[in-house]
Amino acid sequence: MVEPENKPDETIRDEGIEAGAARLTEDKIAETINRVLNVEAGARLRMYVDTCAHCGLCSEACHYYLSHDNDPHFSPAGKVKQTLWEMIRKKGRVSPDFMKRAAEIAHTQCNLCKRCSMYCPFGIDIAYLMATVRRIIHLLGMTPLYIQATAHSHAATMNQMWVKEDEWPDTLQWQEEEARSEIPKLRIPLEKEGADIMYSVIGPEPKFQAQLLYQAAVILNTAGLNWTMPATPGWDNSDMAMFTGDNEIMGRIKRAHFETAIRLKVKKIVMGECGHAFRSVYDTGNRWLSWRMPPIPIVHAIEFYYDMLKEGRIKIARKYSEPVTLHDPCNVVRGRGLHEKARYVINAICDNLIEMHPNREHNYCCCAGGGVINCGPPYKLARMKGNRIKADQLFATKAKGAKTLVAPCHNCHSGLEDINHYYGLEMNVKFISDILYEVMEKPE
Amino acid sequence: MHDIYQFVSGPMVWIAFIVFIGGSLFRLIQMLLLIQKKESFIFSYISLKYALRSIGNWLIPFGPVNMRNHPAVTTVTFIFHFCMLVTPLFLLSHIVLWDESFSIRYWALPDTVGDVMTVLVIASCLFFAIRRQKMADVRFLTSASDYIILTIVAMPFITGFIAYHQWGSYPFFMVLHIISGEIMLMAIPFTRLVHMLFAPFTRAYTGSEFGGIRYAKDW
Amino acid sequence: MADSHEWDWEPGAKQIDVSDWKNRFEWIEEFYASPDGDHIAAVVNQAEGEFSVCVNGEPWENPFEKIWHLRFTPDNRLAALISDSGEWTVAVDGEPWENRFGYVWNMQFNPGGNAIAVSFQQDMKYGMALNDSPWEETFLHATDPVLSEDGLHTAASVQVVAASEAEILKFQEGTISAAMDGVVWNNKFVNVWGKAISRDGNRLAAEVRVNLYDYTIAVNGAPWTRTYAGVWEPIFHPLSNAVLAPVRTQGKWTVASDGEIVWKNRYFQLWHTRFSPDGKKLAAIVSPTFGKWTVAVDDVPWSRTFGDLVSDLTFSPDSQRISAVVKDQDKWSLVVDGHAWKNTFDMVWNPVFSPDGGLVATKFEKNGKKGFVVNDQFLDFSCEDAWPPAFSPDGSKILLRSVENDIYFRRIIPVSELNIR
Repeated sequence: MVEPENKPDETIRDEGIEAGAARLTEDKIAETINRVLNVEAGARLRMYVDTCAHCGLCSEACHYYLSHDNDPHFSPAGKVKQTLWEMIRKKGRVSPDFMKRAAEIAHTQCNLCKRCSMYCPFGIDIAYLMATVRRIIHLLGMTPLYIQATAHSHAATMNQMWVKEDEWPDTLQWQEEEARSEIPKLRIPLEKEGADIMYSVIGPEPKFQAQLLYQAAVILNTAGLNWTMPATPGWDNSDMAMFTGDNEIMGRIKRAHFETAIRLKVKKIVMGECGHAFRSVYDTGNRWLSWRMPPIPIVHAIEFYYDMLKEGRIKIARKYSEPVTLHDPCNVVRGRGLHEKARYVINAICDNLIEMHPNREHNYCCCAGGGVINCGPPYKLARMKGNRIKADQLFATKAKGAKTLVAPCHNCHSGLEDINHYYGLEMNVKFISDILYEVMEKPE
Repeated sequence: MHDIYQFVSGPMVWIAFIVFIGGSLFRLIQMLLLIQKKESFIFSYISLKYALRSIGNWLIPFGPVNMRNHPAVTTVTFIFHFCMLVTPLFLLSHIVLWDESFSIRYWALPDTVGDVMTVLVIASCLFFAIRRQKMADVRFLTSASDYIILTIVAMPFITGFIAYHQWGSYPFFMVLHIISGEIMLMAIPFTRLVHMLFAPFTRAYTGSEFGGIRYAKDW
Repeated sequence: MADSHEWDWEPGAKQIDVSDWKNRFEWIEEFYASPDGDHIAAVVNQAEGEFSVCVNGEPWENPFEKIWHLRFTPDNRLAALISDSGEWTVAVDGEPWENRFGYVWNMQFNPGGNAIAVSFQQDMKYGMALNDSPWEETFLHATDPVLSEDGLHTAASVQVVAASEAEILKFQEGTISAAMDGVVWNNKFVNVWGKAISRDGNRLAAEVRVNLYDYTIAVNGAPWTRTYAGVWEPIFHPLSNAVLAPVRTQGKWTVASDGEIVWKNRYFQLWHTRFSPDGKKLAAIVSPTFGKWTVAVDDVPWSRTFGDLVSDLTFSPDSQRISAVVKDQDKWSLVVDGHAWKNTFDMVWNPVFSPDGGLVATKFEKNGKKGFVVNDQFLDFSCEDAWPPAFSPDGSKILLRSVENDIYFRRIIPVSELNIR
């Protein structure tokens, strides 16, 4: 049997991976791999590896595989073969070069989107296996530079973007003032103990996308809700540590987030349009802390808008007229089943929803999530080439008339914006809140 | 030949069943204990309703999207697994053995049907082997062990078919048939054939997470 | 605790009509009641960019451009963060501090109420200010501020080495330290988080990360010799002055003292360690099995567990009893000495013990209304707003503060009249 060559992408040089690999010895690698596989991991890993029948039925679930003309290196099981199977077979005795390749695969050729779990006849959670590889890479200190820097930001500031403690309340007060020119009595209530809702966002919002805070404030004020935002760390619900395998920092930042909500005595947390953060607060981070479910219920923006529209708290002045299509983000669709509520919201605020295919649980990934876009500029081209299938899917939808692409997730939004430019799609990429803010009735 | 036959059809059968049943129990108990020790959270997420919902959906031919995407594999897989499980259990010549040893008697397949089903299993194995060769993604995942496992599964059916039709030396193929059947039984707990034991659990867990926590379908 | 002997404990009710406040001002923000109940206050907007604080119907003399984080100190002073001419500072009872800053936040009080501390930023340098006295040394960033119980010391994690975001190796060599009263430790760490100041004010303990993987506690900059896979906030033993902290080892949590593990049991989670006032018992919020929460006292967890969360772990003043806020199946309640209350709420606040520990009172919310509950029995009030109850020093009376139909009530009720069984 001739196997296609197993080659790293020589055009990419990642200082995080390189510097980490330079410090490695085979003994250190073996010790670390065996500790993760035999001590940290348990029955799941063993069962998944033993049960896999090497049938290849997961291949076509993966957007990388489809975008790379069915190159077997990019099939989900193919990525496990190139990483975990070899580590297990060689009892951890693999080379630093092997680990560099493993880092590239696990961090930049898999979005942990779990689409393949739905295609595996045994329901094997391949994303979990890739996350285990990332854990090994973290423990070996060779995580890609950009996402490692982000994990450092989480650890040092409890937010994703090195937002300093004063910059956060200062930004909220600035947005509050801006919004008062539109709605004079608008408030962004800070530190209001006993409010019904704590609204939490991700680091990029105060850093680069303050208009999203503005829009959220308008929506929450218009809906007449008793809400608050914390003025302390814990305001950020995002979590790149979850994607670098730094579980300890993941737990620490999730604790900060939930204990901020507990301190503020709120009944629920409403969060902005972010997918990975939802996965962290609803599924992954809370579990590491032994909270079976989020201790304070988490409501994703899609569900929140759904509730507001359904209850009539937000009314629509005139619907958005340009035909839209909806991208189903993995973490809130496969991760929370919000696809029908998203459609209710889109239909309530837009005249014409044109479905892309496949959709709902079967939608193709944006190729940005799972920490891949957070590995930064070195991998941008790899991300674009790795998701030609998404461009094809969008071109087909555009051909049916869709002009606006709604992506209710930060990573999806950024990733699709990149695809939009790279493939020349010329669609308008928007958050739901962009449209909702535009079309809703606002108080005088 | 007679002594060998006596051994493989006597003590060796007992050994094979003990290894199969004992090994299976060992693997399952070991797995459950390991979950209890290291991943006890899994138990708190298992939901019977969503486990059965997922298993049920994956038992419907052409139900899951991926089955519809691969009609040939789906068809062969269902035929293969059905025939592979049903044929040995309901073949008249096997039931006779149960009867002779334990006076257990039950409905048997007509011989011709059994014969056809055996051929289907063999043909399916051939299909899987060719698929492993021809499909680049499957070939990439394939190692020698995959062919060995396929051979282990095919052998009892090939030898049984030859013996039944009394081609060549009947006693030889009969002994080979019994041995290959015993090898397959014993291999189940200790090779990737263990998916026979584990698949219900992996799917139950994935189904529970998708259904009970994530409110999504997994098919 | 602030001395409540001086408060007016004469039984009866005082009322302040707040109904016209919203007509007198453009808008009013949340009400805050003073701990002694004598004052009710809110941030009010008087005109565009003109804010004041209305106390018992009287606005502060001088308005400010912005006011936020209005709070009463435990000794009944009214403090807020204010901005004037683009500069920020603290105003106490309407009088701004002399020092002005680029920004102030994280206002903290000590239990006695004599200290007001804030974090400040001035010219992109960070520090803390205590009672209008800023740290002399400032830093690239300061986080996780803490104020000592006696109100004499402040401390924070501080960044001492400049590193750009991409300099991950520099970060991993250590850029962060801790400073008490502006005096920084000699050692640097990857991270420094939760801190505690010893009673004598001589020692500062903090959670530190010594590399990407190993965590421990450092005291005055010196890390414990043993490291762990995780740690949470340290506390000082009130009697021996030892430093204790939750530590994570082999995937589970336990308690270590001066670096060595001192609890036998291992927990899925363990945090918020607390000593009893007499210093003889150590309690913590723990998760003995995955997804179940309770309190462990001296390493013995209560048998009753709760599915959602346990918080606000509180000892009675006589050290004999423990209560905590619990949430199970989305219903909030209190647990006292391992027994859950029968009543559940939409929200419940921290438990308040009477001085002899015989009564546990708190504030709750149910169906949109606030109220009070004592020993699992509802008191006959339904209010739009309420503040946690307080007991008189002799335990014979209870102070209830509430807003009912736009009227602020301060009630002193003899405990004997509450008909608590």
